[in-house]
Amino acid sequence: MTPVTVNGSEQIAAAFERAAAEDRAALIVYLTACFPDPATSRACFEAAVEAGADILEIGVPFSDPMMDGPIIQQANQHVLDAGTSVGEQLDLVRSLGHLDVPKLVMTYVTIADTRGYASFADELADAGLAGVILPDLPVPEADAWLAEARRRDLATVFLASSISSDERLDAIGQASSGWVYATGLLGVTGVKSIAGDITRDLVGRVRARTDLPVAVGIGVKDRASAAEVATYADGVIVGSSIVSAAADGDPAGAPARVAALVRELREGVAANR
Amino acid sequence: MSMTETPASSVAPSVDERADDVVRDGYFGRFGGQYVPESLSGALAQLVDAWADAQADPAFEAELDDLRRNYGGRPTPLYRASRLSEEAGVEVWLKREDLAHTGSHKLNNVVGQALLTRRMGKPRVIAETGAGQHGVATATAAALFGLDCTVYMGAEDVRRQRLNVVRMQLLGTEVVPVDSGTRTLKDAINEAMRDWVSNVDDTHYLIGSAMGPHPFPTIVRELQKIISVESTQQFTDQVGGRPDAVIACVGGGSNAIGSFAEWIGIDGVKLIGVEAAGEGVGSGRSAATISEGREAVLHGSRSIVLVNDDGQVKPAHSVSAGLDYPGVGPEHAWLASTGRGIYVSATDADALHGFRRTCELEGIIPALEPAHAVGWLLRHGCDELGEGAKIVLTMSGRGDKDVDEVVEVAGWDVGVAKAFGEDTGAGS
Repeated sequence: MTPVTVNGSEQIAAAFERAAAEDRAALIVYLTACFPDPATSRACFEAAVEAGADILEIGVPFSDPMMDGPIIQQANQHVLDAGTSVGEQLDLVRSLGHLDVPKLVMTYVTIADTRGYASFADELADAGLAGVILPDLPVPEADAWLAEARRRDLATVFLASSISSDERLDAIGQASSGWVYATGLLGVTGVKSIAGDITRDLVGRVRARTDLPVAVGIGVKDRASAAEVATYADGVIVGSSIVSAAADGDPAGAPARVAALVRELREGVAANR
Repeated sequence: MSMTETPASSVAPSVDERADDVVRDGYFGRFGGQYVPESLSGALAQLVDAWADAQADPAFEAELDDLRRNYGGRPTPLYRASRLSEEAGVEVWLKREDLAHTGSHKLNNVVGQALLTRRMGKPRVIAETGAGQHGVATATAAALFGLDCTVYMGAEDVRRQRLNVVRMQLLGTEVVPVDSGTRTLKDAINEAMRDWVSNVDDTHYLIGSAMGPHPFPTIVRELQKIISVESTQQFTDQVGGRPDAVIACVGGGSNAIGSFAEWIGIDGVKLIGVEAAGEGVGSGRSAATISEGREAVLHGSRSIVLVNDDGQVKPAHSVSAGLDYPGVGPEHAWLASTGRGIYVSATDADALHGFRRTCELEGIIPALEPAHAVGWLLRHGCDELGEGAKIVLTMSGRGDKDVDEVVEVAGWDVGVAKAFGEDTGAGS
């Protein structure tokens, strides 16, 4: 099968527009690739989309994930201990081609850098990915990567923080494609709950600087927090609690547990509109 | 390991060009940068500003100087190690950082960053530690300045450096064992970074080596530069002329960059960094990053890293917890790439030999980290540098912390069993 080249940014924009047309925030679901094993992982991604995920973030594990709390760290370590390679994780991505949602890889810059930015961009685009999130690649260091990402029409989603200066938010708004990822708290994934007022303020500051959708992640974990964020953001990103759903219990039941949580979250993102 | 195996040298940029690189954007050639989550951007900008303000403030330098002298015990001696010289076939001058307060060079950096922490109005510091020397120094400064302090330490290192864990606890610091990953220094750094990301408003991450995102490599270099500020003057006064080589062990590289800094611009002085090769370069059980690594990003900066083809960081191995790190500071990567620095390695066995001979010939129990430098010198110094060459070697710390581990790993019968009974051997 010849890979179909798609424009990642347009694909992502369409997903946000579909959600907006239904008067709700988009639901972006993170799961670690090949966790707890490739077959179960594939079933979990399918279950997430079936249950209402609009966009998938596919975590490619890195040995030293400084932005991740214990839940995602342990999932990553499990996949690394099983000896799964980045190539095998991208095989999994290719096997998700039948899921009609934009798919982005979330990983760390060392993975992209070691493979070479040009090769990595080719690998992602050829696997049918719409874009990438690299939390330890801030805009001032990103020129070389952005050139390769644009060459292959991959979106690059940058993170914005409540402590980002206005100048940095300007740069983030200009460099991002797909959406801008507003971090809901000062911290790593899956530990603390979202800081509401600070995040709402951050989303407002980002909106003033870009036409892109603004999605909030880190600290969103359940129906209630998703519903709260959906009142002021275009998208809601949930990771650690979904990985927990996949991890806590027997692997055979993982897809059903993921689906149940995603259904709740999907209700949440539509609740307060 | 021969010095001729290091990268071919090119013409090193002048010191002025180098300074421009640093000032412009936190890079040393193509190494360095700020590869950190956006949520740390404010703290790094604040640190850049606080450092610039401090450097422009004579009161900062005066307070630092007072603390170095009257609290830290500086200047440390430059000591001619005659019996070691005889054995090595070269003239060895030891820069005695082991005699500084807390027993290593680490306090040089910590006191300066503690002053910066106070200037930034932050009440809490965190740190990573491998061998525990940086953790002890940070705990010491935290006690001195009344700061809350948490130190992250790999669970494996907690086991093998128990003495330093107890020292930190006595000084009022919380020591958090890190059970993730390889349970050593790199994982302690990951956990400290996560703490910093979460508590950046009130916390300064007091990085202990010349690594991490800009401006840390520069700040740590400038604070450790006191080693070579003293040694250049002492060499002139005590020996005359210039040394043929300055040698220091390299993990992240803070004692080495401090030992090299003032000599970089002086022609004819070889700068030799000794990395830890564990069971040997090529064995897969090594921490010789510059010898075996490749260009990559780790812990906030682009440098040379032990990574596999997939981009995963490889576990490092060394008998020395302080050198057991798969990365190296970006300025060392740059010095290696230009040829101004020469990076070699010493195995666990070389280091243990250096350790024992320093004890027996000089009455100095060295830390395992500088024992690598001594081990390399004993094995290769005469061949590589010429008989009678004059060497300044930084004795970066003392070895009290290592004695249990050394006796256990080396299996030496030094009479421990005889003194304490068969069931209470070293390391238990």
